[in-house]
Amino acid sequence: MSIAATQKRGFGAFLWDYITTVDHKKIAHLYLFGGGFFFLLGGLEAMIIRIQLATPENDFISAGLYNEMITMHGTTMIFLAAMPLLLGLMNAVMPLQIGARDVAFPFLNSLGFWLFMFGGILLNFSWFMGGGAPDAGWTAYAPLSTQSPGHGVDFYVLGLQISGAGTLMGGINFLATIVTMRAPGMTYMRMPLFSWATFITSVLILFAFPALTVGLFLLMFDRMFGSAFFDVALGGNTIIWQHLFWIFAHPEVYILILPVFGVFSDITATLSKKRLFGYTAMVFATILIAFLGFMVWAHHMFTVGLGPVANSIFAIATMAIAVPTGIKIFNWLATMWGGSITINSAMLWTLGFIPSFTIGGMTGIMLASAVADYQYHDTYFVVAHFHYVIVGGTVFGIMAALHFWWPKMFGRILHEGMGKLTFWLFFVGFHLTFFVQHFLGLMGMPRRYWVFLEDQGLDTGNMVSTIGAFLMAVGVVIFLINVFYTWAKGNKAPADPWDGRSLEWAISSPPPYYNFKQTPLVRGLDPLWVEKMEGKGEITPAEPLGDIHMPNSSILPFLISLGFTIAGFGFIFQVDHSAYLILVFAGIGLALLSMLIRSLKDDHGYHIKKEELEREAD
Amino acid sequence: MKGWMGKFKSLFLLSMLALVLAGCGKENLTALVPKGYGAESSMNLIILSTVIMVFVFLIVILVYTIVLIRFRRKKGQEGYIPKQVEGSKTLETVWTIIPIILVVTLAVPTVAATFDLADESASADGINIEVTGHQYWWHFNYEEEEFATSQDLYIPVGERVYVHMLSSDVIHSFWVPSIAGKMDVNPENVNTMYLEAHEEGVYWGKCAELCGPSHSLMDFKVIAVSPEEYDQWVSDMQNADPEEEPQDAVAQDGKALFEENNCMSCHAIGSAPSAVGPDLTNFANRSRIAGYLEPTKENLVDWLMDPESLKPGNKMTGAYPALSEEEADSIAEYLLQLEHSEITPESAGGL
Repeated sequence: MSIAATQKRGFGAFLWDYITTVDHKKIAHLYLFGGGFFFLLGGLEAMIIRIQLATPENDFISAGLYNEMITMHGTTMIFLAAMPLLLGLMNAVMPLQIGARDVAFPFLNSLGFWLFMFGGILLNFSWFMGGGAPDAGWTAYAPLSTQSPGHGVDFYVLGLQISGAGTLMGGINFLATIVTMRAPGMTYMRMPLFSWATFITSVLILFAFPALTVGLFLLMFDRMFGSAFFDVALGGNTIIWQHLFWIFAHPEVYILILPVFGVFSDITATLSKKRLFGYTAMVFATILIAFLGFMVWAHHMFTVGLGPVANSIFAIATMAIAVPTGIKIFNWLATMWGGSITINSAMLWTLGFIPSFTIGGMTGIMLASAVADYQYHDTYFVVAHFHYVIVGGTVFGIMAALHFWWPKMFGRILHEGMGKLTFWLFFVGFHLTFFVQHFLGLMGMPRRYWVFLEDQGLDTGNMVSTIGAFLMAVGVVIFLINVFYTWAKGNKAPADPWDGRSLEWAISSPPPYYNFKQTPLVRGLDPLWVEKMEGKGEITPAEPLGDIHMPNSSILPFLISLGFTIAGFGFIFQVDHSAYLILVFAGIGLALLSMLIRSLKDDHGYHIKKEELEREAD
Repeated sequence: MKGWMGKFKSLFLLSMLALVLAGCGKENLTALVPKGYGAESSMNLIILSTVIMVFVFLIVILVYTIVLIRFRRKKGQEGYIPKQVEGSKTLETVWTIIPIILVVTLAVPTVAATFDLADESASADGINIEVTGHQYWWHFNYEEEEFATSQDLYIPVGERVYVHMLSSDVIHSFWVPSIAGKMDVNPENVNTMYLEAHEEGVYWGKCAELCGPSHSLMDFKVIAVSPEEYDQWVSDMQNADPEEEPQDAVAQDGKALFEENNCMSCHAIGSAPSAVGPDLTNFANRSRIAGYLEPTKENLVDWLMDPESLKPGNKMTGAYPALSEEEADSIAEYLLQLEHSEITPESAGGL
């Protein structure tokens, strides 16, 4: 195992290796580690929220701290946990699935990760300095966000701006990779669904994030430099923020869900031993969902007062998304129909996903009905809905993917017993926590409520919800134990533990750092399966053995990100005292200097010699 | 695995039981027992969409169950390779067309109801009330009737009452689940919706848009009374005399303290226009103190002594000199004698 091998060289060397790496597989490890860390942090915040809401008129935490907690829970889970975990999986798997040796821009890949990580760290520094964490909700609606005292919202703006830039780079990188680096014969319509989902998600990132960037800049100028984009008294308009935010944030939720649609497609096909049912329809359904995803942002704003025409149009556009999503659900069922289904941990998460996500999707359609939404909006019904899609969809999908690709990523197989235990605890806890919240919302409990009053019929439901949350927490702890157990003494993974269908299973677990000794030749959908059925069992190379061109490691992405983060602190605190502008200049200076070095220094990488590869084969 | 399945089932049953016990929630708060026009419109669509969705869910679960029973890998099948099916045009067309039909079934009544609830053409003939959202209280200005009140909104049963809403600070959202859905209260434009209560009663209203630390305590009430009682109440409110001296000495003291501490610079009684803080006309008949506390003298004294502890982030904290318990007690006594109408939350059925 590569990690164990590097550890023998000492922890410092190990750390240096990861800080400077440009290898997509190691960057995947970093993303999973970073995303996992923030997932635990966000989970902790969730538990504090549920403890506060266990009983009526509870005072476990104060009102102000509660608002910080919900804001950081939402922001952390979406920007710093779910998305990085997905980017990690994409990094780990997509290049292997399309038969590439790395992503198109390995340097940029590293830069994207470090920007995300530093942005996340910057955001969380708000707990310790500047008067508390952001407290205007993850949606940061103006003018609550522009008027929020202290530096909380400043941290939100700068943290998300920096990590958002990283995500944007990741998206562009994946697009370039898939467009230019598919192996010979890997046509678009032969790509595994996870790679397709990566491609479409990257398009969403490319078009959605700029809206957030713009919104955050406006908010930053309003808070720090005296502009009045959202100041009604000076002719500004607060609704503009909502538009900008949701033009970004609705595609954002599809950025979270489409990759796991890909995960489930690949897992369902592999573990049912059947070709994916209706491959073409699945691809086009994904594209259609992504396209419609840009047309529906105002369904988050039905109660804003946009008028009946706008509300009707956005209601119908939203309902239309049910059609491609329905196609997907039924195609998964049809894939399993007639198959030979192996139920292991990865498949359990997949099977748990289908009813859970179906409920989430259905409440989505219920929310699309504008007049019904006048009741649901901003209540626990909505909280239940988006946790059903983001937990029941994205988190289940991430867990399925981790169990499925863990052997490929780390060379060891996660413990099955603990995997199943994690699933059942989490699955039961999840439904206990969130199902009852649909009713709490309709019974009159708005979301983001620090306390609910006694004698309003909300006690039992909230208690059930809190109990469920603890079950989920226990499930997560067992998963962590599983990870450490597997790391220490898990079973070594063979190259192809699940009788796989796509290219990543054709190479060793974990793959060599150059991935494919010879670029593979793809002869159909599910290339490895094709070869297995024809009795060969291994992929035909598309080229003779030759030198492999590899990129050099670099510390520059780390330094550039560090520079921007220092500048971020400077921007936040220069409001208090102009001396902090030194941090702005120093930080930007460091970033620009690093960029200059990158531009002026010729770095052509290195070659692995053919002889060396031949030696390895022996 | 069977064991876990059993555990899941019992937990599920337990939570279902809990739900049944909790019923549909508190009668004058829940959206599930609509008592007004808007809430009924929403409920009709909630029911329609739930029925459609449960139908779809059952089909999914049916197929899912069959798949799980029939197509699990059985012992001795390790080498079995199922037929590799590419897809089926017919099946895929079926599960494209049926959802389209279902969606249209839901879309048509949705659009109709959306336009119906946005129809303000008759507002000139109806009752019009200006609603202002403040951190963390509600002001109700009966403009045509030329008086104002706060926190308790009185409306006549069976009539359309148009509320024209604007915020003085951040965005709030006006929600009376039992009577109508919600609408945002924005700082830049007036949003209008109408309330039409079918039954007399006192209904909980909630702020539904995060507006700061005390967002969850920004409750208000809608008091729906008969049209006759409503007219009576309007005339009582119009005739409230702010100068009226209380009878007993303690309350007289309270009135003097009220004036001494400049409470009127924010709080109006009677016709005074000030609306920095809640209007205190008819204060003795408030259904709740600060929107959510039982209307007892103890609670009012606590509020006057230390509002921050009861409503974090409110704008009254620090706006007046600290009061001794005795002073607070006198002011409370005075305020609780401000009884300007016989039409009260109690006479409307109580909370």
